[in-house]
Amino acid sequence: MLKDFFQKKRKYATITSDKAKRDIPEGLMTKCPKCGAILVTKELEKNLKVCTGCDYHFRLSARERARFTLDEGRLFEYDAGMITLDPLSFPGYREKLEANVKKTGENEAVLTGEGTIGGHPVVFGAIGFDFFSGTLGSVVGEKIANAAEKALQKRYPLVLFSASGGARMQEGILSLMQMAKTSAVLKRLDDEGILYISVITDPTYGGVSASFAMLGDYVLAEPGAAFGFAGRIVIEQTIRQKLPDDFQTAEFNLKHGQIDRVVHRKEMRAVLTRILDVHAAGRGTAHGR
Amino acid sequence: MAGEMPFEQPLAELRAKIDELTRFSRERGIDFSEEIARLEERYARLEEEIYGNLTAPQKMQIARLAGRPTTLDYIQRIFTDFLELHGDRLFGDDLAIVGGIARLEGIPVTVVGHQKGKDTKENILRNFGMPHPEGFRKALRLMRQADKFGRPIVTFIDTPGAYPGNAAEERGQSEAIARNLLEMASFRVPIVCVVIGEGGSGGALALGVGNRVLMLENAIYSVISPNGAASILWKDASLADRAAETMRITAKDMLELGVVEEIIPEPKGGAHKDPAWQAERVKEAVLRHLRELMALSGDQLRKQRFDKFRQIGEFGFLDIEG
Repeated sequence: MLKDFFQKKRKYATITSDKAKRDIPEGLMTKCPKCGAILVTKELEKNLKVCTGCDYHFRLSARERARFTLDEGRLFEYDAGMITLDPLSFPGYREKLEANVKKTGENEAVLTGEGTIGGHPVVFGAIGFDFFSGTLGSVVGEKIANAAEKALQKRYPLVLFSASGGARMQEGILSLMQMAKTSAVLKRLDDEGILYISVITDPTYGGVSASFAMLGDYVLAEPGAAFGFAGRIVIEQTIRQKLPDDFQTAEFNLKHGQIDRVVHRKEMRAVLTRILDVHAAGRGTAHGR
Repeated sequence: MAGEMPFEQPLAELRAKIDELTRFSRERGIDFSEEIARLEERYARLEEEIYGNLTAPQKMQIARLAGRPTTLDYIQRIFTDFLELHGDRLFGDDLAIVGGIARLEGIPVTVVGHQKGKDTKENILRNFGMPHPEGFRKALRLMRQADKFGRPIVTFIDTPGAYPGNAAEERGQSEAIARNLLEMASFRVPIVCVVIGEGGSGGALALGVGNRVLMLENAIYSVISPNGAASILWKDASLADRAAETMRITAKDMLELGVVEEIIPEPKGGAHKDPAWQAERVKEAVLRHLRELMALSGDQLRKQRFDKFRQIGEFGFLDIEG
């Protein structure tokens, strides 16, 4: 599945001559979509898929996110066998789902489970934009709700990485209701003093942005990550003006007070560990729970 | 009066014919009563045929009609002692959402709802019922107050959606909606929501986390506007009618999908044909649900609301469990 991912990228790589094409095995090079640099895929991977030229943070699959974030990259997965149905018999939905399953090797956009970060056990979740644009359908909502309930039950912190185009239109109102479902479960964590860290990655919009992604005790975002409620094009059409280049980036949202910090991918584990350390130290004292 | 919408055209034509014949009969003193009676019968049949089989796109037109009763119309007809309260205490007062305290048959309540305008001028003031973050935060402030003082909450839902603008983004449209969803889940007072017109996406849901969600017969509730869906799915906004059918947005669909508990009937052709009658139906339904809920404890109310939303969604499992 990972191989498929790279093969897809390879399509966009500019390789100058036919000879070079023959000499470079498939997937060996990757082109940065931002600065155009041709990068050695292996090196890029070692750099957590951050461009060495321009610092562009490549979008990650959910599994890559788990590998880069958790200690030894190890995740004990929840709900791996949960699959999406077609509740509205929406034309083309099944075909599109099958294509996404085939493309990514995953059953759905979100991966949940538990692991440790800096030695602290956490319940972890990550959405991959590569699966159906990370859209919020019944399965994504249910897996996130289940993961949050596991965090509640085990009293582990919850760490969720979001990336989403918003609602899964093919599930209609059921998609919208996942916003209420996930938020209702997060309220229980809130009441019980369970830590929830939300990390926003590129891009996070609509139903995901307007529910669990913005409800963290801490809300972090990767550099350059675009996120907001409505998409840039929709807003430009509404206000009939061009928006500035940095509109809705993580840095823009930081400036407007919407997030706690912008965190470079290479600093992410350290920052998460620091927050988890502080919370672990507080636990069991008069001020902690 | 029929004829506001294209699909009512045959009715309008027939009515004109009847009127003409009546006038002609009066002016000339000729007795056409038999013919007129026959036409009236045909009119009734046609009315039944058209209004009894409204398609999703037609309901969408009714739900969006400028003359359709708004939140303030219902507030004025249903409640007494309504005192409107303003502002989110953080930024401003968003007129796309109204709210305040009132009494419903003597029961003190907090009432909140989206507010559309009746004409262009008022719509500009009300931003067409599309709230900014301060609107959602005003609603939350009023609902928190209701929770604090043990007052039931009634909300009216009628919005094309949260406003997609740059200022809304800068002030945290996402956070404002998300916060309402989270907090509404926790209140220990009864919450009854009524979708009276357009239930547009997250902006609608931000007032929609209730113990009971009721919906007018011709109201719609959708995750994205059918126009938006059509342009994303098929790159063609003119396929909005098809999207409206496919996405399932009607009250009947919502009842079947377990999103609403009850459909409140409308007069033939829609709520605007008889706002007074409509308000009575809404009042009766809200009061009935409220009285049932008022028998529950705060914990029970919270749990019932949680359970309702927790179980929405459909999914399956592969044979092998991971």
